[in-house]
Amino acid sequence: MKLSRRALVGGAAGAAVLAGGGWAALRRRKPPGTLAGADLARGHRLAKGGFPAPTRFEETGVVIAGGGVAGLSAAWTLAEAGFDGFTLFELEDETGGNARAGRNAVSAYPLGAHYLPVANQDARALRHLLTRLGIIVGEKGGLPVYDPYQICADLEERLFHQGRWHEGLIPRNGIGAQDRADLAAFDAAVTAFAAHRGRDGRPAFTIPAAYSSRDPDLLVLDTISFGRWLDDREWHSPVLRAHLRYAMRDDYGTEPDHVSAWAGIHYFAGRRGWAADGAGDKVLTWPEGNARLARAMAARVPGRIRRGRIVHAVARDGDRMWIDSFDVAREETVRTTATAAILAMPHFVAARVAPGEVRADKAFTYAPWLVANITVDRLPTGKGAQLAWDNVSATSESLGYVVATHQGPDARTAGTVLSWYMPLSAVEPASGRRQLLERPIEDWQSIVEDDLLLMNPDLEGAIRSIDVWRWGHAMVRPTPGFIWGAAQRAAETRPPVFLAHSDLSGLSLFEEAHYHGTRAAEAAMRHLRHPFESLL
Amino acid sequence: MADAGRPRSTSSASAPAVALLASAFVVATCGLIYELLASTLASYLLGDSVTQFSTVIGAYLFAMGIGSWCSRYVRQNELRLFVRVELLIALIGGCSAAGLFLLFPVIDHFRVALYALVLAIGFFVGLEIPLLMRILRDVEFREVVSSVLTFDYVGALAASLLFPLVLMPYLGMVRTGFLFGIANAAVALALLFVMRDAGRFRLEKLAAIFVLALLGAGFIASERLQRWAEVASYQEPVVYAVSSRFQRIVITRRGDDLRLYLNGNLQFSSRDEYRYHEALVQPALARVANPRSVLILGGGDGLAAREVLRHPGVQSLTLVDLDPDVTRLFSQTAMLTALNRGALTDPRMRVINADGFRWAREARTRYDAVIVDFPDPVDFSVGKLYTESFYRELKRLIAPGGIAAVQSTSPLVAPRAFWTVATTLEAAGLQIRPYHAYVPSFGEWGFILAANGPIAPSAPVLTGRFLDQATANRMFDFPPDMARRPAPVNRLDNQALVRLFDEEWSRYEA
Repeated sequence: MKLSRRALVGGAAGAAVLAGGGWAALRRRKPPGTLAGADLARGHRLAKGGFPAPTRFEETGVVIAGGGVAGLSAAWTLAEAGFDGFTLFELEDETGGNARAGRNAVSAYPLGAHYLPVANQDARALRHLLTRLGIIVGEKGGLPVYDPYQICADLEERLFHQGRWHEGLIPRNGIGAQDRADLAAFDAAVTAFAAHRGRDGRPAFTIPAAYSSRDPDLLVLDTISFGRWLDDREWHSPVLRAHLRYAMRDDYGTEPDHVSAWAGIHYFAGRRGWAADGAGDKVLTWPEGNARLARAMAARVPGRIRRGRIVHAVARDGDRMWIDSFDVAREETVRTTATAAILAMPHFVAARVAPGEVRADKAFTYAPWLVANITVDRLPTGKGAQLAWDNVSATSESLGYVVATHQGPDARTAGTVLSWYMPLSAVEPASGRRQLLERPIEDWQSIVEDDLLLMNPDLEGAIRSIDVWRWGHAMVRPTPGFIWGAAQRAAETRPPVFLAHSDLSGLSLFEEAHYHGTRAAEAAMRHLRHPFESLL
Repeated sequence: MADAGRPRSTSSASAPAVALLASAFVVATCGLIYELLASTLASYLLGDSVTQFSTVIGAYLFAMGIGSWCSRYVRQNELRLFVRVELLIALIGGCSAAGLFLLFPVIDHFRVALYALVLAIGFFVGLEIPLLMRILRDVEFREVVSSVLTFDYVGALAASLLFPLVLMPYLGMVRTGFLFGIANAAVALALLFVMRDAGRFRLEKLAAIFVLALLGAGFIASERLQRWAEVASYQEPVVYAVSSRFQRIVITRRGDDLRLYLNGNLQFSSRDEYRYHEALVQPALARVANPRSVLILGGGDGLAAREVLRHPGVQSLTLVDLDPDVTRLFSQTAMLTALNRGALTDPRMRVINADGFRWAREARTRYDAVIVDFPDPVDFSVGKLYTESFYRELKRLIAPGGIAAVQSTSPLVAPRAFWTVATTLEAAGLQIRPYHAYVPSFGEWGFILAANGPIAPSAPVLTGRFLDQATANRMFDFPPDMARRPAPVNRLDNQALVRLFDEEWSRYEA
């Protein structure tokens, strides 16, 4: 055996290559993924116009234009009252609007709205829906009993704060005396608001918002920003303000300085969940998020839904309406004549397709959002509190992620899908939308991946794909003066046109969309003299 | 020998000579340290330290012999080769402990890697010493052989004293490896600077710096590496370790004591598992008139199944365990099937790999006896298997006249957790009868019988190593320190049990 220099040099070089290779393998590879969102082409086509003249004609009793939660709630309410003569048009290929979902080999996952708080006692129609859907399963001591499988399983939420996970969303350790004082003062104030009733006897804040008091002393809160209201009280604690910023962005996609104080307080004082077994402060959730609810409502009216139909013109014809919708598959416009029309679409779209009925109003503004579904090979971990359903970082611009498999049916899973949320609230909505349009998928994936790995370095190497979903007009923004001004005015229409959308509450919540859908359906039935028992 | 004609004074040894002798010392020390590391690591991971030490030392010395013999074929550039070999030893030896730790769980033939490493290090060290002697002779030394050997043996003494007294207790194996790799490489680098015409060795200098940097990084990252190499956290030698899709499966053995750990939590010790499994299974089966069909939820080790199959009347046994890697392991490995007596491959047995919760929700069959043997409620996902919702599914799975037994943590260490399980079973509409048994490796352990009707206080039990009738009857007495106390209902949306379990056990372990 002869040991040559070459062999030794070769050995050393080999070791170096191996070491280098190992290093390269440790460096991140970009995961695959898709870029999708509310159908931009169809939306922009609608904005551009130029649809062909109608070549097909049909007739129906009531047209519901829009298959989001409001439109589906209207359809469901009509069906519940035994009214079958309606047709629902949906622009996209799938109904559900914000409450749509995706699915891959690992799990179903939400694309937008992903939970529903336990309903207030006031929300009669919603409780009726939940009972019919098997979500409220009984009664105990006069309180509704919710199906335990659909209440968010423990642990509900955790916060990444100072390098450690803590239960809940407000840091309790490592904060100063002023922080504690401001948190307590804010808590006391919203607790008082939650119990307060206006001079008209109605609760100061409730859900649906329409049931809230009209007491001018309360409505005046809608004229200033939430930030200003907090400043006036000298609650400057960064811990409190960070939490409130999280809350405002979470529910409204909007910064506290651009949210009305009424909406800000409503977030904390409007929820009084009514349920047995101490479940009143819980939320309902499913792997696919609120798509569970949207699909259940759609399943109630299977033959009445037309997907891939762009409603582009709605006009009055005597005491009837005609609705022109473009059939994407057949590339033709269909004119549907109806005795009533429920416009269950965002207000800016309704104003565009029915200019004679709905007045465009610049006061309606919309928050752009980014949602990413991250498929991972193993469950996230971390120091401190165990993995929760909702996982939030105190320092991130994102709102953190929810875990799709948290809600079962398996007790334990290997991989999961994390639904990661970020409203683009730091810039004007229009420039946020431009960012959504122009940034390539790789940029968004890097943003998502970096953010996730800051919270969960343990997921290094476990990310299998990042699917990015863009919402240009994710939610209406409850800016000062909007809820009790423009939104109220917009709700008033002349029969047989009825509006149904959470835009009319100024709060983009399932409960509000459901309320307005139910209300419009009942108004349409009243107009058509179809007997029904009001759920409102 | 060509230089023999120009000897110089040895009274003032030149810098190169000192450096070379220092090399001899360091090479010897490091070589022995690597050898000790490999032996210690092997006995730690594979057990049987006598075999490990003697085979590793034997292999090492043999490889040194080969290296020595091969050195005769080196005819020129001894210094360059010496430095290169020293750097290679630094690299291989320095990373050896960390590498073996990290490799252990991921490769099938650990011994092959172990001996390959020992042979490689031995070979290179064996090559070094004769080379060193020749270089020294070239430089200016007289008593070359005796000087080198002296330093070699002194180095060996230093290593063998340092290793057990200082290095193992203070640095640990992984860090020790890196530290001596660094020493190796540093000496090589120093040598390059001290020797004449050092300018010729630019490549070697670069390589030395690279190796130093690599080992330095390894030394700094030792802690993290050690965490990856979690075998370090077990008390007993690990004989099997694998990561399944769901959990970390580790089996350890010391003497006749075989232990299974899942995610670091002890599942059984072969010394006393019969106590646990007889107590879990026999009281339930004793209370069913003629148990034909039995369901085991969890218990992928097949030990509860072994107890069930002792009843000749049992016609079918269904075992639902999440992890196919666990059930495969316990149906194929000889030392494990000896323990469960081949229960998992018994013709009456049907093994289903599924999530227990999902399976129970979808199951429509009823069973005369259901044995619930899930891991302790250490986290929220396992905690789901102890909730009212789960027990409602369990209730549905119990045939008329049938019964269930639920392992329910320690009523002594975690009484509130134990009684939470009891309260929760009752909230799900089941009647209960709690009992407990002493299992040395777990401590005082609790179980609960649950049924859709009243449960007999006593029943004729199948006698085993642990249970006879008197013992079986005694298990149902609870002394005051374990007596029933108020406890909440454990619900999916409010997992009181996980919190109580954590609170009580961490207080106990603190």
